[in-house]
Amino acid sequence: MRPVIPYVTAALLFGLGVFGVLRRRNAVLVLMSVELMLNAVNLILVTADTTARAVLPHSGQVFALFVIVLAAAEIGVGLAIVLQLYRLRATVAVDDVPLTEPPEPVGGREPAVLDTEAGR
Amino acid sequence: MTGADVLLLALGAVAVGAGVLVVTTKHLVRAGLYLVVCLGALAGDFLVLSAELVAWVQVLIYVGAVVVLLLFAVMLTRAPIGVSDDLDRPGWPAALIGGGAGLGLTVLLVDAYRWGAVTLPRAGTAERLGEQIFQSWVLPFEVLSVLLLSALVGAIVLSRPDIGRAAPRSDDRAADLVDSEPGRRR
Repeated sequence: MRPVIPYVTAALLFGLGVFGVLRRRNAVLVLMSVELMLNAVNLILVTADTTARAVLPHSGQVFALFVIVLAAAEIGVGLAIVLQLYRLRATVAVDDVPLTEPPEPVGGREPAVLDTEAGR
Repeated sequence: MTGADVLLLALGAVAVGAGVLVVTTKHLVRAGLYLVVCLGALAGDFLVLSAELVAWVQVLIYVGAVVVLLLFAVMLTRAPIGVSDDLDRPGWPAALIGGGAGLGLTVLLVDAYRWGAVTLPRAGTAERLGEQIFQSWVLPFEVLSVLLLSALVGAIVLSRPDIGRAAPRSDDRAADLVDSEPGRRR
């Protein structure tokens, strides 16, 4: 087995993930690109398990399992944030979110929600 | 080139091709479906690399749960079904950084491993991985379970904006009820 083949696959997938995160505007597509990067890391871990002689056997695969769990937690919280953003702003375009917004009063949230309701 | 190499090449080509489609397609829903192809090809890669348990967990969690969640999110945010033109930013910096990262890592790994061959270790079955997890990696495993719980609670709190200000609202409602009660009786 030539380990260079899965290593190069993982490197290309990671590059694609970085490209997708920077290129996409839709927050759900950004999360998909993050998944691509996490899977590239998983592939590197599993391949390293075959090439590196570690003290503990199968450490790479155990780490890959841990990364899968982390990805599941990340996607849950990430989608909650995306859906909340959609409820507040009626858009999921990440570059429509102002980074330097003055803090809104507590009542300021209501009109946005009402606008969303009216937009439907 | 052995059979494993040919399989790895083919599955890797499928994974990278589907990955390219995920980050370039104009259809939101199709991006999720290409992601299924990409993750499935990676699960095949894991199988060839003798990581049985990881491959099945990949199919179960990624293809089964994560992609379904992503497609739910696509539909809950009322994404258009057909072609949408506003998915992308102008992408020269992205292509530069992404291509640089991918090609840089490729050069690094090719330089490190050349065309050398290794023999595959014993397959990572559920029994062997379970021994490792519950003997050497117990503490990280438990920490991960706490992390999953906190992510769950965090997602619930995030998706319910009324949790943070539940107290004043219930007071308002109680006041409304008190106000409306005599009106009804009259």
